[in-house]
Amino acid sequence: MNGADVPTTILRSLAGFADPAFLGIVLLSLKVTLSAVGLAGLVGFPLGAALALGRFPGRGLVIVVVNAFMGLPPVVAGLAVFLLLSRSGPFGGLGLLFTPGAMMVAQFVLVLPIIVALTRQTIEDLWIEYRDQLTSMGADRLRAIPTLLWDARFSLVTTLLAGLGRASAEVGAILIVGGNIAGFTRTMTTAIALETSKGDLPLALGLGAVLMTLTFTINGLAFSVSRLGARYAG
Amino acid sequence: MRATTSILPLSLDGVALEIDGRLLLAVERAEIRKGRRTVVLGPNGAGKTLFLKLCHGLIRPTAGRIAFAGDHADRRHAMVFQKPVMLRRSVEANLTHALGLAGLGFFERRRRATEVLATFGLADLARRPARVLSGGEQQRLAIARAASVDPELLFLDEPASALDPSATRRIEDLLGELHAGGLTWVMTTHDLAQARRLADDVLFFHGGRLLEAAPAETFFTAPGTEEARAFLESRLFW
Repeated sequence: MNGADVPTTILRSLAGFADPAFLGIVLLSLKVTLSAVGLAGLVGFPLGAALALGRFPGRGLVIVVVNAFMGLPPVVAGLAVFLLLSRSGPFGGLGLLFTPGAMMVAQFVLVLPIIVALTRQTIEDLWIEYRDQLTSMGADRLRAIPTLLWDARFSLVTTLLAGLGRASAEVGAILIVGGNIAGFTRTMTTAIALETSKGDLPLALGLGAVLMTLTFTINGLAFSVSRLGARYAG
Repeated sequence: MRATTSILPLSLDGVALEIDGRLLLAVERAEIRKGRRTVVLGPNGAGKTLFLKLCHGLIRPTAGRIAFAGDHADRRHAMVFQKPVMLRRSVEANLTHALGLAGLGFFERRRRATEVLATFGLADLARRPARVLSGGEQQRLAIARAASVDPELLFLDEPASALDPSATRRIEDLLGELHAGGLTWVMTTHDLAQARRLADDVLFFHGGRLLEAAPAETFFTAPGTEEARAFLESRLFW
């Protein structure tokens, strides 16, 4: 393929967006990534806030570990989840390995530390500002958590996007635990890796373009919503 | 909501706050009496804010006793901070949040918030985000929020220090109305004219010490210490 063909092939691939197999790959990617990030948010926001406000022995160590896990290599996370979910592993009975469920678990594991670590920092900074006021109104640290999370909501959107970026760009972990099975666990990133190694560059490029477009769209929407909200709420 | 037993007078006895060997505040004896408008006066850094925070229970003294009369004193006093934190929500939601923390149920919160908005002239601003209000409006909301839980005693830390004269006037009128309604308040200021306008009792601080506690007329006509005389003549250096 020479350079002049590239735009054409991308366009042709985008036209193939209506192709059910292609569409299936895109939808599965979205489903896995969005549910993993959504769940990580549900768990990570309160956990991060609790870590910000909690006082217990070993807190410093926990923070260091969580921060370090932000850089957890996806293949290592994939391997760990693979061992846990494999037939002989502790959760083998669930039969999750090589299913979309396993990919969600792997991405959840990758995204959770990012959300916990960034939430912890955001909430800790906000607590410095809010502490006297909330204490004065009768809130202890536990009751302050929902107030702080809600008031930090516009910053936390960015935290969620950081997690989304990690999950949607990731290929190592879901390749290991999902197996890249056509029509079942093949996502955009695993398909790109496969098609590139097979030499089907047009398809890989088309998928890459779709992935980029989706990423820009989601980030653009999130930015506008949080910008508007922040302007409204001050 | 107001209980029958009063939490006043509030009395301080031999109170000291020492951090890292440095004495930040010392109050030999002081009393906040029911129905009196107490003004805590002194230059910047005199310890006025620390005094309020100690009384309000945000900081524990390292020595001495701060005691309210009666048994259930803990939730009967509120505080308005020099820079009140407005939650990132509407004016009304700032009130319902405070009322929720005070233990009011969902519907009761709303009913009471509507009432308070009307009382404090904030009804038109109810839906506005609290953080985009003007300084004067924010201060009024801060006072409304603190007063909404029906405290018997209200601490105010320089409530008008950042406001223009007309907004200051509104705050002072508001404090007059609250006092007429049976609320006892304690306010810090470094503004002598304001202290003269509002005070029944004066607590004069300098260098972290309570130097004088006297009725306003006594303090302004015959101050008992050289520092107070100097402050009243605007020649106190620190």
